[in-house]
Amino acid sequence: MNILLILAVVFGTLVLVRLANVAAIASKLSEENEAAEQESANRWNSIGMLTFLIVGLITMFYLINAYSPLMLPVSASEHGVAIDNLMSVNWIVLIITFLITQILLFFFAFKYKFNKNRRSFYFYDNNKLEAIWTIIPTVVLAALIVTGMREWNDITNKSDKMEGLKIQIYAKQFVFTTRYTGADKNLGKTNFRLITDANPIGVDSTDKASADDIISNELVMPKGGEIELVINSRDVIHSVYLPHFRVQMNAVPGMTTRFFFKPTMTTVEMQKETKNPKFEYVMLCNKVCGVAHYNMKMPVRVVEMDEYNKWLKSQPLVFPLATDSTTAAPTATMAAATTVLK
Amino acid sequence: MEVTPNKHIAHSADAHGHAHGHHDHDHDHDDNFWSKYIFTTDHKMIAKQFLNTAIFMAFLAMFMSLIFRMQLAWPDTKIPFLEDIIGKWGKDGKLDPGFYLALVTIHGTIMVFFVLTGGLSGTFSNLLIPLQVGARDMASGFLNALSFWFFALSSVVMLISLGVESGPASGGWTVYPPLSALPQAIPGSGLGMTLWLISMVLFIASSLLGGINYITTVLNLRTKGMMMTRLPLTIWAFFITAILGVLSFPVLLAASLLLVFDRSFGTSFYLSDIFIDGAPLDHAGGSPILYQHLFWFLGHPEVYIVLLPALGLASEVISVNSRKPIFGYKAMIGSMLVIAFLSFVVWGHHMFITGMNPFLGSVFVFTTLLVAIPSAVKVFNYITTLWKGNIQFTPQMLFGIGLVSTFITGGLTGVILGDSALDINIHDTYFVVAHFHIVMGSSAIFGMFAGVYHWFPRMYGRMMNKKLGYIHFWLTLIGLYGTFFPMHFLGLAGMPRRYYAFTSYESFDALVNINHIVTVFAIIGGLAQLIFLFNFYYSMRYGKKSVQNPWKANTLEWTAPIEHLHGNWPGALPEVHRWPYDYSKPGAPEDFIPQTVPFSETPESNTSHDH
Repeated sequence: MNILLILAVVFGTLVLVRLANVAAIASKLSEENEAAEQESANRWNSIGMLTFLIVGLITMFYLINAYSPLMLPVSASEHGVAIDNLMSVNWIVLIITFLITQILLFFFAFKYKFNKNRRSFYFYDNNKLEAIWTIIPTVVLAALIVTGMREWNDITNKSDKMEGLKIQIYAKQFVFTTRYTGADKNLGKTNFRLITDANPIGVDSTDKASADDIISNELVMPKGGEIELVINSRDVIHSVYLPHFRVQMNAVPGMTTRFFFKPTMTTVEMQKETKNPKFEYVMLCNKVCGVAHYNMKMPVRVVEMDEYNKWLKSQPLVFPLATDSTTAAPTATMAAATTVLK
Repeated sequence: MEVTPNKHIAHSADAHGHAHGHHDHDHDHDDNFWSKYIFTTDHKMIAKQFLNTAIFMAFLAMFMSLIFRMQLAWPDTKIPFLEDIIGKWGKDGKLDPGFYLALVTIHGTIMVFFVLTGGLSGTFSNLLIPLQVGARDMASGFLNALSFWFFALSSVVMLISLGVESGPASGGWTVYPPLSALPQAIPGSGLGMTLWLISMVLFIASSLLGGINYITTVLNLRTKGMMMTRLPLTIWAFFITAILGVLSFPVLLAASLLLVFDRSFGTSFYLSDIFIDGAPLDHAGGSPILYQHLFWFLGHPEVYIVLLPALGLASEVISVNSRKPIFGYKAMIGSMLVIAFLSFVVWGHHMFITGMNPFLGSVFVFTTLLVAIPSAVKVFNYITTLWKGNIQFTPQMLFGIGLVSTFITGGLTGVILGDSALDINIHDTYFVVAHFHIVMGSSAIFGMFAGVYHWFPRMYGRMMNKKLGYIHFWLTLIGLYGTFFPMHFLGLAGMPRRYYAFTSYESFDALVNINHIVTVFAIIGGLAQLIFLFNFYYSMRYGKKSVQNPWKANTLEWTAPIEHLHGNWPGALPEVHRWPYDYSKPGAPEDFIPQTVPFSETPESNTSHDH
């Protein structure tokens, strides 16, 4: 690591030393030399253009090849697979365009270097050509727009159609908390004015729906379940980012955001897929939220449905005594749960 | 010398002092240091003021980026001398995580606003609009001077904010509330944020004063024969940029003022339901999304405020150095107008996953991807301009070609980010950082360098050293691609931006190698700028004296005397008879015909299509 730093410094110093020489030499050049000077500059720079093109493209494909194993593994959600396919289609179109335009640009720069015995082609307008390169991009983009929008609508329009397994993700500076529904399949109301150490989400204990709510400090999801993330924040904007599931949605104070998706691979299956026995899903905060933003995360697991149900039973209720009393005095269990959260 | 009779400079009693070149000993007693260099109303001097301020700010912002790049590449290594440079924020060579965010924030703010908006438009709109349209000066020299002084003041306030106890603003250059509104949320949202907002308000005032001046000058002070369709593309670009600025900057002012109210006067425009520091706040009913709408209503046009002048400069430079008319002059103007219009209806693509209604998302996908069409037209037109050209590889030409290359590379990844479905997983990752640094940062700075190398003789009467220019270009090009290209991979691997370190994420361990590469190339690119700095100031004093028209260009600025005079031309203003791109016209004896040459003098090259 340090070697690279040293190399960079040494390289920089060399450049600066060289600079002084060049400046001195250059100032000696007389007027007559200027044309010859420019001719040699034209030659070297045009060769530079071609070299840059070739070396650049080789490097690019080398990097794509070398780094693709480091990219995100296959998507662990249903819609994520569709996003990845859409991404591949886009890449094909874009890389083709990239190659055509960059090759033409640098090749023309290489080929048409100055020659005093030649004149440029006085060519300032051609409606046909311009029509072609307006219409072709329009058609290609129309196709990309339509497929992209269809995908987006599929992903975002689910709220009307389906009732998911609601999981609340509650963000505060530098901690995520999750809340699960009990048998009633509904989350109790929350109010930020009810927040206390014992009730970090501010769940309203007078709401019947909150009686069986379950609180946790990890995100566990059943494979194949239709998940509805219900996302809230209590202080600043955070972002719930689940890269392996191609899921991201901001957590905004004062409003609720949602994201519907269906996990398709358990953690164990993904460990096999990535051939990494230590692989774990992760949820990251992806909107700058304060000094410790970079450490705001939550462990994520996807398990089979029966294992999920077993796990859920092991988690504490938000109000362990709520069925007996609406005043919901914090109990030892609850206090334990919140200490973990802090 | 004679005093020019033009009414537009009637306000400048000190006019004739400017006949002397920048570095000549000044014998003229009417003109002292203060009136010549500081409180000048001469557009050429104001352009230099903007440029020099911007160079200073750019080096500062670049230096900041090198500090946080080193942090990202070697998070566990102590950086030598760090404590000597940034004091308590770099104790024992360890960068403070809060100050990391401050560096990122101020780097972005300075680069976007002070360098690529103020520096780029301020320098070249000021220098070139009067000279290329054939005017004595800007419509209002006083407002123009005021524009610079607001800019300077705003820069100073921004610099002061770096030194306050609680640190400068650190919520990212977009300063989204509630983070930016609540000092409890992050130390940088204290006094540092207040100063940031004051600085931006001053900056907006500067930008508006400049903008209305540019628009008025282009519309009203064109010389005889300079029809709108004979304007160089530079002027079209500055003109459209100024309109964008005048329409969008007031919205940023509104956004900033509402933020000031929320921060200091207890209003709730952006705040609601907040519990922080162990207590609920009384703010109710506001929406952080409102701020994002207002911010990006400026923020997106801002991208083109940065980019269009660079494209305009490149159009001129590429045409002159290819010795060939720019291809599709009218299509170039048309595409700039379309881009400018679309830039006002695409802001939502920054907000696909912020909780904005998803239906709105689809509308913004549609408008956003439309931007690709005029952009594609521009790229193909540049490439066709090179085709069968006769290319002089001056440093400015290299930077012009570099601009087209980065504009393509960065523009294409924009198609992915503009597609809401694809944006979900790469939003706020390094993919975005790579995208905008290539398409906006690199292209705009390449355009700016092209402009500096090309018009340096016009500014300082001397030539910059070409060889140093070549070294500067190649190292910069390699540095930029080496820095920003690998970032795409980081983003595709799901690496979030604005993270101080990734050490606690095992899944990112494999990517640390890419971060090393990025930082090493960033250092190379940074060092290359020292070459530029040296060349710029060395040539200002010791460079070879410029001839009247060193690049054999057609536009009007090369007909004005090399020695600056306030009023630009002695005697009558030049008259324009043709468009600015008659390069290599068949039949003409030279490969260029200046705009001032009437058709009656060029019977051998006239055609029926002449304009």
